[in-house]
Amino acid sequence: MATTTATEVAAQPPVSPAPPAVSGKRRRSRLRRRNTLLGWSFILPNFLGFALLTLVPIVVLFYMSLTNWNVFGTANWVGFANFERLIGDGSFRISVLNTLYYSALHIPLTFVVALGLALLLNNKLRGVAFFRTAAFFPYITSIVAIAIVWNLLFSPDYGPINEILRFFGMENPPGWLTSSDWAMPAVVIVSTWRDMGYYMILFLAGLQTVPRELHEAARVDGASTIQRFFNVTLPSLRPTTFFVTVMLTINSFKIFDLILVMTEGGPGQSTLVISQFIYTKGFEESQFGYASAASVALFFMCIIVTVAQFLLNKKRSV
Amino acid sequence: MTGLLAPPEDARALRKLADSPPPRTPRATSPWRRIGRIGLYLVLIVAAAGLFAPFIWMITSSLKTSNEVFSIPVTWVPEIFVWNNYVEIWTKSDMLTWLRNTLFLSVVVTFLQVLTGSFAAYGFARIRFPGRDALFLVYIGTIAVPWQSYMIPQFILLSELKVSNTLWAIVLLQAFGAFGVFLMKQFYETIPEDLSEAARLDGLSEYGIWRRIMLPLSIPALASLALLTFVNTWNDYLGPLIYLRNPDLWTIQLGLKSFVSSLYDTNYALLFAGLVISVIPIAIIFLLGQKYFVEGIATSGMKG
Repeated sequence: MATTTATEVAAQPPVSPAPPAVSGKRRRSRLRRRNTLLGWSFILPNFLGFALLTLVPIVVLFYMSLTNWNVFGTANWVGFANFERLIGDGSFRISVLNTLYYSALHIPLTFVVALGLALLLNNKLRGVAFFRTAAFFPYITSIVAIAIVWNLLFSPDYGPINEILRFFGMENPPGWLTSSDWAMPAVVIVSTWRDMGYYMILFLAGLQTVPRELHEAARVDGASTIQRFFNVTLPSLRPTTFFVTVMLTINSFKIFDLILVMTEGGPGQSTLVISQFIYTKGFEESQFGYASAASVALFFMCIIVTVAQFLLNKKRSV
Repeated sequence: MTGLLAPPEDARALRKLADSPPPRTPRATSPWRRIGRIGLYLVLIVAAAGLFAPFIWMITSSLKTSNEVFSIPVTWVPEIFVWNNYVEIWTKSDMLTWLRNTLFLSVVVTFLQVLTGSFAAYGFARIRFPGRDALFLVYIGTIAVPWQSYMIPQFILLSELKVSNTLWAIVLLQAFGAFGVFLMKQFYETIPEDLSEAARLDGLSEYGIWRRIMLPLSIPALASLALLTFVNTWNDYLGPLIYLRNPDLWTIQLGLKSFVSSLYDTNYALLFAGLVISVIPIAIIFLLGQKYFVEGIATSGMKG
């Protein structure tokens, strides 16, 4: 008898219908706890570093911007004094204007050049496959090497660029990095040259997804090449153009290392940008609190532009 | 916020692109079409010239005498090839120390980033638990936050921990980025769930699935991540500039920059030799793994 009951019990399905609610819920919550532990065990090694080096500093940044934190590590709460000082600071205003000026040149120029290159390389020409990868090489070469080489190329009296300009009959070629009017355009030329391959690859990838049938249909309807570009290609590229614009904007707002090596903000303050203002106030003058206030400004510039572009993109695609 | 990632269909298209160039179809050629093609080739040639001229100038200048670098008119081919520049640079600078530091950093950072990134990505991609998606959003959200905006609190934090002015500061700085996590997560999500399900039935633990199934299957993505991280660390200038004050710890980028500003009359030919040496490892890596670079960028958007 005993054995039969034992087998009967064992034969019962593990989830017995009798007390379903309690044990099911408990099992589910146990499974959930197990999964939470398991998931965190995977994420934790990376998360520790990520939290320590990214999340904590971002939170601390906001606190620091409200103190007069200095090199001795003493911090007194000063409320919004840093921000008031920032608004009245002529150098900061110049750095913001220069950053916007850089962005206003760099974003459209890189966008157009990269898209143009991508359209060109989307043709079936000889050498295109080689060029596609080669155009990307400047992007992975170090900024230091690029900046030094271009600095010498731009040298006003002995540099190859001005020599070429003179050869084509320009009597007074620009002084480039020695002129406060031309330094920023020179930086923009170099950064566009460097970045175009990267954005070109993104565009090229986007172009592969444009449906061929749409083009054929438009051609049958008698649309010209230009009409087809604006009415077929560009609309189909929207996810890519959105991504490219966001990345270009963030990368333009935070521009720093190229300027640091090429001009150090000069001549005068003609290429001083926000990141460099932060760097100078923080690491050279040890005014950590004040530099943090400027960092908060940069932080919000990037976040606001990103969010605005998201909303815009959403509205347009509806 | 997932819109911050490159559209996934782009990545797939690009993968195809990297594998094979589009087929060339012979078409009836009218004279207009032929003129158009010639025009396209001209544009291509001009673009190529603009793209490569700085590199060519850098290489030829590294073989000139220091006076010839700025001779007028510009000489594109040196009169005498001064191979000696490549010998002298080693004795006139601390190239060896710089290269050793840079190599150490690049290798350690790459190893840690690939390891922790792919490990965490498995947690995000395959294990369901409360708060996971919110946490991932935090990870992605940080792409929109430039490092320049939190470099100061980060520096103070690392100084408090007594790691600033050591190579470990740079390791910490670069090794735990969110970048590796979502590059790998994107890739893991393309691997069919059935595979891990089968392994789970065979009694493999989640760690075992990551180790025995996901890692081997994600070698292309791991290669992309490793190459991008290596190149990024090798080229980094700002991190070392802020953290590495001791000249013994300098990386190649800091060293070459100091070489420009420290010598009163910089020997430019020598400097160019140094630049070429610093770019060679990157060029080799690029040539070997160009396909992975392109894919990595399409799947994630490289952090810039």
